[in-house]
Amino acid sequence: MTQFSTGSSHRPDVCVLGGGIVGLSVALGLQRNGLIVSIIDEGDTGLRASRGNFGLVWVQGKGDTLADYAQISRLSAKLWPQFAQELFSKTGINIELQQKGGLFFCLSDDELEQRKTMLTMMQKEANGDYPFEVLDLQQLRNFIPEAGPEVVGATYSPEDGHLNPLFLLRALTECFIKQGGKIHHSGKVCKLSKHGQSFKVETEKESYQCDQIVLAAGLGNKELAPQVGLNAPLTPNRGQVLICERVKPFLNYPTGHVRQTNEGTIQLGDSKEDVGFDTGTSTQVMATIAARASKMFPLLKNIRLIRAWGALRIMTPDGYPIYQASQTHQGAYLVTCHSGVTLGAFHHGPIADWIANDKQDFELEAFHAKRFAI
Amino acid sequence: MPNALPFNRLETNSDTWVTLYIEDQAIQVPAGDTVAAAILSAGLLPSRTTSISSSQRAPYCLMGVCFECLVTIDGKENSQACMTQVQDGMRVSKQIQSPDLNAADTREAKHDK
Amino acid sequence: MINNTLYDLAIIGAGPAGMSAAICASEHGLKVALLDEQANFGGQIYKKLYQPSLKDESILGPDYYQGRVLIHQVQKSKIDCFFEASVWQVTYPEKSDSTLEINLSIKQQGQQLKARKLLIAAGAQERPTPFPGWTLPGVMTCGAAQILLKTSAMTPASPLVIAGSGPLLLLIAAQLHRAGVNISGLLDTRPKGRYVEALPHLAAALNNLPLLAKGLALMAEIKKANIPIYKNVTELTALANPSEHLEQVSFKTGNQHQEITCRTLLTHQGVVPNVQLTRALKLDHVWHQNQTCWHPVKDEWGQSSHPDIYIAGDASGITGAKGAAHTGRIAALKITQSLAKISSYQLAKLAQVPTKKLAKETCIRPFLDKLYYPAQTFLTPEDDTLVCRCEEVSAKDIRHMVKQGCTGPNQTKAFSRVGMGPCQGRLCGLTVSNIIAEESRLTPDEVGYYQIRNPIKPVNLSELIDLAK
Ligand SMILES: Cc1cc2nc3c(=O)[nH]c(=O)nc-3n(C[C@H](O)[C@H](O)[C@H](O)COP(=O)(O)OP(=O)(O)OC[C@H]3O[C@@H](n4cnc5c(N)ncnc54)[C@H](O)[C@@H]3O)c2cc1C
Ligand code: FES
Repeated sequence: MTQFSTGSSHRPDVCVLGGGIVGLSVALGLQRNGLIVSIIDEGDTGLRASRGNFGLVWVQGKGDTLADYAQISRLSAKLWPQFAQELFSKTGINIELQQKGGLFFCLSDDELEQRKTMLTMMQKEANGDYPFEVLDLQQLRNFIPEAGPEVVGATYSPEDGHLNPLFLLRALTECFIKQGGKIHHSGKVCKLSKHGQSFKVETEKESYQCDQIVLAAGLGNKELAPQVGLNAPLTPNRGQVLICERVKPFLNYPTGHVRQTNEGTIQLGDSKEDVGFDTGTSTQVMATIAARASKMFPLLKNIRLIRAWGALRIMTPDGYPIYQASQTHQGAYLVTCHSGVTLGAFHHGPIADWIANDKQDFELEAFHAKRFAI
Repeated sequence: MPNALPFNRLETNSDTWVTLYIEDQAIQVPAGDTVAAAILSAGLLPSRTTSISSSQRAPYCLMGVCFECLVTIDGKENSQACMTQVQDGMRVSKQIQSPDLNAADTREAKHDK
Repeated sequence: MINNTLYDLAIIGAGPAGMSAAICASEHGLKVALLDEQANFGGQIYKKLYQPSLKDESILGPDYYQGRVLIHQVQKSKIDCFFEASVWQVTYPEKSDSTLEINLSIKQQGQQLKARKLLIAAGAQERPTPFPGWTLPGVMTCGAAQILLKTSAMTPASPLVIAGSGPLLLLIAAQLHRAGVNISGLLDTRPKGRYVEALPHLAAALNNLPLLAKGLALMAEIKKANIPIYKNVTELTALANPSEHLEQVSFKTGNQHQEITCRTLLTHQGVVPNVQLTRALKLDHVWHQNQTCWHPVKDEWGQSSHPDIYIAGDASGITGAKGAAHTGRIAALKITQSLAKISSYQLAKLAQVPTKKLAKETCIRPFLDKLYYPAQTFLTPEDDTLVCRCEEVSAKDIRHMVKQGCTGPNQTKAFSRVGMGPCQGRLCGLTVSNIIAEESRLTPDEVGYYQIRNPIKPVNLSELIDLAK
């Protein structure tokens, strides 16, 4: 017969499927609501976007075609300091959150003009409450003197920031465990079903029972969602991240393509290349990222690349998140997005509250997957 | 400058010797040496400090595995000394913590002029 | 710069395995590229042999100078050799039978070669040997001391102590002694009982009597040299003077605490395959219990889990220099056949001799593996010992991560930065897997290894940019 996990004495209220940044943020929020939470996660080498990402808490330009998305991104950025503080006080881990603004470098007049038009439009949409500046090279060099001569200018948003994604992942995990949460590494979740009031979650090795489930398994949601009456039309989108050696600090602001961590590591990234589930790197994409970064910061041609990886972004057809409760399987929720760092505080706050209490302070309709139905 | 006992040189077949400057001090080594060997024969230990705790390090494996031999060679910081052949006139100095890209840039600019 | 010549075969590593393969493949008409990050031919064993440094040839002994034959053969051949050429990435397209791209840096220039088949003959590295004080200036590996002898005719500053286990340790001790170095102590770190454990494999080892005899001669030579030998040494610790240089080594024999003043401490615990490239290529690997390390999976021809990629020599499992040469030849023959330059019949015929010779070389390995199996403390060191030299992560930190729920090295890496420094895990990978395995009562095989990322050697951004089309 079915074997239920007997490791823990009591059965969790909620099982969160996926132990990446999204799953953990929601799980912590559920714990805050007094729920007993278990996380079910793949093993050590799971395709974890959380480990490969860039660490940006980024607002500028997000949601140019969906005002609700612009809103939740900004809300999350505002909630971040408090969440970071909470993580620090509970775990002693400083996730190195910095929100003193971010820059998006442009290498051509056209590009700068386009960004300016986009941000102006978003400002209008937000009734003027959308701070940004357009900088020419001279002005930009007041922020970052190292900007190269091929840079035309940049857009600056004071609401942008970044954090250390590895410290974040660790702080979330430690905090979750400290608060009594259990993380089960029992292989891929392969089957979800509802029996009376309770859900059954089956993995390759074990099975678990609970009242509610949250699908936060990144790309894995695609297969899981239909089993509980939800739809997650996701495709992987490979972003390359190049990690360079530690150097003395010079970059005081994160940019869309280059950032420096507190300890000095330089990260380069961002490309949109659709290559399926291959986490390898292709020379040309890497070379292009490197070439662009060194145009932005000529001193980077002297730096050494230490490792590169393909981080899989989790994309819906329109690039926006899906937040949805199942109609057919009450108690099942889908949470999926590609900017798990930026939206982390939002997932820990409003999204977790919504799942815990089924209350809605904000309009989630815009994020239903029904928008993809033709 | 030499702060450790230098390694000893036995009788060698090498007839070409080159001069390089380790922490500004001239030293003669056979042309086939690696920079790491030159450092050891000069007794420049430690040859780097780590960026995390400033702990002192020196060449360890000599075969390109450990990256403990990182030094500044001709202005290029974090160069792997055991995988670099010596050249006449080469300047080698200790690697203190992480490289400073700004300094490298200025050095290069000077060089270009 | 992208080199558009399409090679039939690219070989990474110009040691005995790579050189033998190159000669064999080129004799059968393949267009071969032989790449090595060193300045010339030879690999680890025949390092600098193309132009030996030491005047006195008795120091290194005849085994070293034997390699001249191979080197002369390569020099006479039509092989394209690339030296000071460090391969930092190999990419292959989704489907087999198309071109592999090999990215390398030559004198700080980014280059790319294309080949139909790849042979990885990247050799071995010394096993990481963590113990308290192993990062101090003055502590080096035995291999490092031998490399200095070979390349620069140099001997370490004395007083000198040698500690560890393995046939190579004995060889290097003898070579240093011949070079006139006064060795203040030879510390054998093996626990009691290794001879008993090795005994069942002695019968097989007897099939290679000459090699056994060589080993015995070496031991006799060391005995005659009057080097103080300490057996069953535990609690090996390197101690520093106020300026953080090695000053003393302390240890225990039985219950007795001992100290020896020294300026150089050389350590060694055997060699393990260099798996950086085979890992980065995501080839299959299998745990080898006797050698306590992973080997890339290969068939009897050296073919890896990717049909166009072959592995030979110590990179595929430790067989020694002679064995390495045979595996190189065998792989080259199979590659020649797969490119239809010889028939299957010819392949079977030509492979007979090297296969037989290889068997003779490998028959002694189980005996040596057991006899020199490292003491547990070098596999799973005490809490205070630094495991990751680059990021300064201790064994205690790793154990803490396991308690925090890390089930494998990759999450541990993400949580602690272990393995993220410039050596890319070469000097901590095995230790981290071993510690996690011990803590979670699993085998290293179940726990797994780091996912090694490209580039496998740090590469200047400018060199990567050189490859942009
Ligand atoms: C430090 C050391 C000392 C040793 N000394 C002895 C000894 O004295 N006597 C003895 O019998 N055995 C010795 N051995 C063992 C002996 O080296 C091996 O058995 C033998 O050399 C294996 O031959 P190989 O061709 O497989 O590898 P190797 O001889 O190691 O050759 C591999 C080559 O690959 C190159 N390479 C690796 N990665 C790359 C890359 N990414 N790009 C370009 N090139 C690359 C290396 O530079 C090296 O030249 C020693 C081993 C080590 C590690
Ligand atoms: S000494 Fe180990 S890499 Fe140079």
